[in-house]
Amino acid sequence: MGKIIGEPKKAFITGNEAVAWACLVSGAEIMFGYPITPQNEVMHYWTRLAPKYDRRFLQTEDELSAGFTTCGAVQSGVKAFTATAGPGNVLMQEPFGMAEAMRLPLVAMIQQRGGPSSGTVIYSQQEVTLTTFGGNGEGHRIVYSTSGHQEIYDYLIKAFNVAWKYRFPVFVLGDGYQAKMREPLEMYDPEDHGIELVKPYPLIGLGGKIGEEREPSHLCNIYSMEEELYDVVMKMAAEYEAITPQLMEWEEEFCEDADILIVSHGVVARAAYDAVKALRSQGIKAAYFRPISLRPFPAQQLRDAIAKSGAKKMLVAESAYGQFERLLKQEIYGETIKIEHLFMPGVGIIDYDVIEKVKSIL
Amino acid sequence: MMAAPAVPKSWYLPSKPHKFCPGCGHGIVLKALGEVIDELDIQNDTIFGCDIGCSLLSWDFFNCDSTQTHHGRTTPVMVGIKRARPELVCIGYMGDGGGYSIGSQHLLNSAVRNEKITLILVNNTNYGMTGGQMAPTTLPGQKTETSPFGRDPQLTGYPTMGPEFLAELTSEGAFIARATVSKYRQLKKHLKNAIINQMEGNGFSFVEVLSTCPTNWKTNAQQTWAFLEDQMEKQFPVGEFKSPWGKGVK
Repeated sequence: MGKIIGEPKKAFITGNEAVAWACLVSGAEIMFGYPITPQNEVMHYWTRLAPKYDRRFLQTEDELSAGFTTCGAVQSGVKAFTATAGPGNVLMQEPFGMAEAMRLPLVAMIQQRGGPSSGTVIYSQQEVTLTTFGGNGEGHRIVYSTSGHQEIYDYLIKAFNVAWKYRFPVFVLGDGYQAKMREPLEMYDPEDHGIELVKPYPLIGLGGKIGEEREPSHLCNIYSMEEELYDVVMKMAAEYEAITPQLMEWEEEFCEDADILIVSHGVVARAAYDAVKALRSQGIKAAYFRPISLRPFPAQQLRDAIAKSGAKKMLVAESAYGQFERLLKQEIYGETIKIEHLFMPGVGIIDYDVIEKVKSIL
Repeated sequence: MMAAPAVPKSWYLPSKPHKFCPGCGHGIVLKALGEVIDELDIQNDTIFGCDIGCSLLSWDFFNCDSTQTHHGRTTPVMVGIKRARPELVCIGYMGDGGGYSIGSQHLLNSAVRNEKITLILVNNTNYGMTGGQMAPTTLPGQKTETSPFGRDPQLTGYPTMGPEFLAELTSEGAFIARATVSKYRQLKKHLKNAIINQMEGNGFSFVEVLSTCPTNWKTNAQQTWAFLEDQMEKQFPVGEFKSPWGKGVK
């Protein structure tokens, strides 16, 4: 089959459409999904694009099923993904937990919506805790928080590669604003960009004669003894920690010299960045720091930014009531910088909100 | 010298003797399934998926590739594997709680979609692994840990009749049957047809198997068999409910 994109091209599309294209060029063979706003158009685009490239789709009976069918597909050695939001993300924590436990290279696009419960259907950053540490496990998963369409495209390609390279489930955390708005991005074929696509491989259904050429592949997900599970989790933790240096991603600017360090993630970081530039132009020494990977969290990089900037205050801005701040605080435990916050659960944050808040606390 | 009992080639010997309680029917179901896998020569192509509950003890039972899932979630995992790799023979193995209660939405919808998978549901009228609680299949009046004075249909309804409702839900091509561990040859025939049906790509295949649980029934050998044959088989008629080949053809 020929290339899907060919020459890199500028597109002006919604984030959900970017998700479908990114999964397509990443080599995803099948999507399992269940309708929930604001990710529906991922399915709408995928169901139109997929047949042209011999890819498949199944609309399942619920998100539990969408998550578990994805688990099954990746076990059989096929790149597969799902997309969800809000209460769907809650239900998917069960299959995501299985993916964590069995080290399944599952990829999921999470388009955050407002909560708790059914909340609102478009926007929030209230699925940070759920996506990073949901499930009855230890959070051995990888979460990238994107801020716009180019990143949705880039990080989904990365998500499939990281998932199949390291065998941890990978989540790309967007939101309804990113899902629904249109903005320009460049779509490209990953291999033309020097990105080698990691090949999938089966964990079961391995071929060959069992008992003669190989042993059966028995995938275990429940342990009879506490010590057995201890060994499994400790091994998982060690392997996760060993790869974290390669996985940590962040952005920073003006961190060499600042009075206040503004930390945010996802689409809010765009407002924070604009605010930092505006504050600088007004003579206020603000700096910008944004973790892109929330799991693992670039803690040392943030500690370094605090140290080198000399900032005495930090402002955490998020469209949630402190989920990101809690994550951040536990990661930089021991730092003495004063942490202020701008919590706007479920509503968008613009540069003006950040600027006003900074002026009120400086 | 006595000859060793015949063991299916597809059994994984290092995991034997198996871990089910004495008198449990799972061993009989898995023996019949092993013989079917041998006879159809599908050991290398089979994916055996087991649910949580007593069925989880079968995770390394076969010399086949297998996966252990969550309670009630074996059906979607099998659907995912089959959709991704249609050439594999996907067999989901679950209990009555996993299939008819917590996983009922998956069972119902995969049946409606005519998913080309085979599900085997072992019905022993209670949740065995967790200590004998009331299941969707508990008989009226039957005492369990959560119905200590007997199941009262006025409060908790009547037993779920799986093959009956699945036969109504499914479209052409489905194979639906109920077997019992007390009738081994019929059990094996239904299991075989349920797998052949998947291999032929006809449709959804389902076999409920009536089975024994002396540990939680608190019965001796005689009482166990009597409960199975006299009470369960009266409530749950065995036989073929739907077949793409017409009754008795295969």
